[in-house]
Amino acid sequence: MRPLRYLLDRVGPHFEKGGRLEKLYPVYEVIDTFFYTPGDVTPDPCHVRDAIDFKRMMSAVLVALVPCVVMAMYNTGLQANTAMVSMGIAEVPGWRGAVLGWTGVGYDPGSVLADLIHGALYFIPIYVVCMVVGILWEMLFASVRGHTINEGFFVTGLLFPLTLPATIPLWQVAVGISFGVVLGKEVFGGTGRNFLNPALTARAFLFFAYPAQISGNAVWTAVDGFSGATPLGAVATGGMKAVTGQLSWFEAFLGTMQGSMGETSALACLLGAVMLLVFGVASWRIMVSMVLGALALAGLLYGLGSLTNPMFEMPPHWHLVLGGFAFGLVFMATDPVTAAMTDLGQWIYGLLIGMIVILVRVVNPAFPEGTMLAILFGNTFAPLIDYYVVAANIRRRALRHA
Amino acid sequence: MGRAREALCDPIFKNNPIAVGVLGICSALAVTTKLETTVTMCLAVLFVITFSNLSVSLIRNHIPSSIRMIVQMTIIASLVILVDQFLKAYAYEISKQLSVFVGLIITNCIIMGRAEAFAMKNGVALSVLDGIGNAIGYSLVLLAVGIVRELFGSGRLLGYELLPLTTNGGWYPANGLLLLSPSAFFLIGLFIWALRTWKPEQVERDH
Repeated sequence: MRPLRYLLDRVGPHFEKGGRLEKLYPVYEVIDTFFYTPGDVTPDPCHVRDAIDFKRMMSAVLVALVPCVVMAMYNTGLQANTAMVSMGIAEVPGWRGAVLGWTGVGYDPGSVLADLIHGALYFIPIYVVCMVVGILWEMLFASVRGHTINEGFFVTGLLFPLTLPATIPLWQVAVGISFGVVLGKEVFGGTGRNFLNPALTARAFLFFAYPAQISGNAVWTAVDGFSGATPLGAVATGGMKAVTGQLSWFEAFLGTMQGSMGETSALACLLGAVMLLVFGVASWRIMVSMVLGALALAGLLYGLGSLTNPMFEMPPHWHLVLGGFAFGLVFMATDPVTAAMTDLGQWIYGLLIGMIVILVRVVNPAFPEGTMLAILFGNTFAPLIDYYVVAANIRRRALRHA
Repeated sequence: MGRAREALCDPIFKNNPIAVGVLGICSALAVTTKLETTVTMCLAVLFVITFSNLSVSLIRNHIPSSIRMIVQMTIIASLVILVDQFLKAYAYEISKQLSVFVGLIITNCIIMGRAEAFAMKNGVALSVLDGIGNAIGYSLVLLAVGIVRELFGSGRLLGYELLPLTTNGGWYPANGLLLLSPSAFFLIGLFIWALRTWKPEQVERDH
């Protein structure tokens, strides 16, 4: 590591104020502080600093996302290979077929390695496009506004691909992340000032702008001509029979089903949740209250039942493992920037999101899945919830001393 | 001469009713999915605001202050009914697409605002120029939004296909979001952003 420090120190002065590359200082700063803890100390008196700064916090989220990424690649490959066997396709066309042929792992859905590599050939291009385009925007805003590049984007840039189906066109990934970064975050002043989760903003943009590539039955499995609904979509049209026939609750929990790449595995999300809670990054109040809110409303609707709407048949515990609920719960709703800040506010915020998810899923016939919209809705109300929690606290304390 | 130019030109960028006053937003969301309806709406507003300013300014010294809103409303409503009947007679298809939004010009805050804030206090010539200027400022934003929404939302401009859609065998995939009302919010927001970058004095002070 020493030569790296030496190199950074030697080129450093060029980026400082007055140096030749002054405009590119944010780029230098991001690389320097990525490898090393900043050497600055707090100059003013009475200022306590936590050793976990923003960069380490974001790194913790990235580590917690690793199980989801691995499951995303494995499951994307598994779904594709399984579909190929059922359709009698021997190999995939194009560059992916060439790479798979070169590695020689084949297309056996039973082989974990074959599934992982096949899935990676879908996940990695999406991830690379998302990172390159997003970082270009970040650098542009950082240079123009003269602030440092923020690591918040590394998390956004990994979350966004995980919420997409494997077949999404790459140009849509680029357009989506541009919208998310610029209109979801930078117009408000960058990370820390945004009130909406940028990754979900990007996804919502694609969802409404190009619904054909991100919803419906044809997009979830990366095989041309294969059509199949996500479990939630299947229940909405065919009732619980349509799902329980092919998928047990435990399989749904593991995540070997169709859906957006990172969202299918509740197990991987659970591992991520444990890590986030141990690291102290995410709020357990939001996670618990969102699960409670969802279970309560789903239980109520399940108990009521409906003759016309098959979604009422879904038992509450199924809601937790299908669709994007687990992924949104662990990684999106708990985003410390856009969630409620106060303890009581976090309970209200979580309950609200949990109930809206179920409301959209069960009662709204237009969308089979509601996690994305529910969390964006919760984000919008988080500042208001906090405002009233704080105001109520002030009033209570004022009365105590009145 | 200076005042006349101010009355006509200020509302275009310096005091744009939509970008600075944030008035008349509802119609900017509702009628801008197609350029054809947008243009019709702009012409209708131009007509109504010019003549309402003219009429209110003409009788401004005879309007009792306690009922001035009612008088202004009556004048504006009569003009809007004229426009509505005219469109129904000569442009029935467009009038059907605009549906209630022609009638809702009555409640467009820009028109009421100019009558109350300007025409009640200024002479006829200035008031007419002010009306035209505000209509141009309004139309500018609406046309920009309408062009972007029709061109990128359905690949056409005034009905002529410019970007062949993938659904018809072309290469351009239509952006469905632009056909939904919220997209107009984004576009107006971007317009305001651009305008304030150009004229930083429009940025409100932090408080």
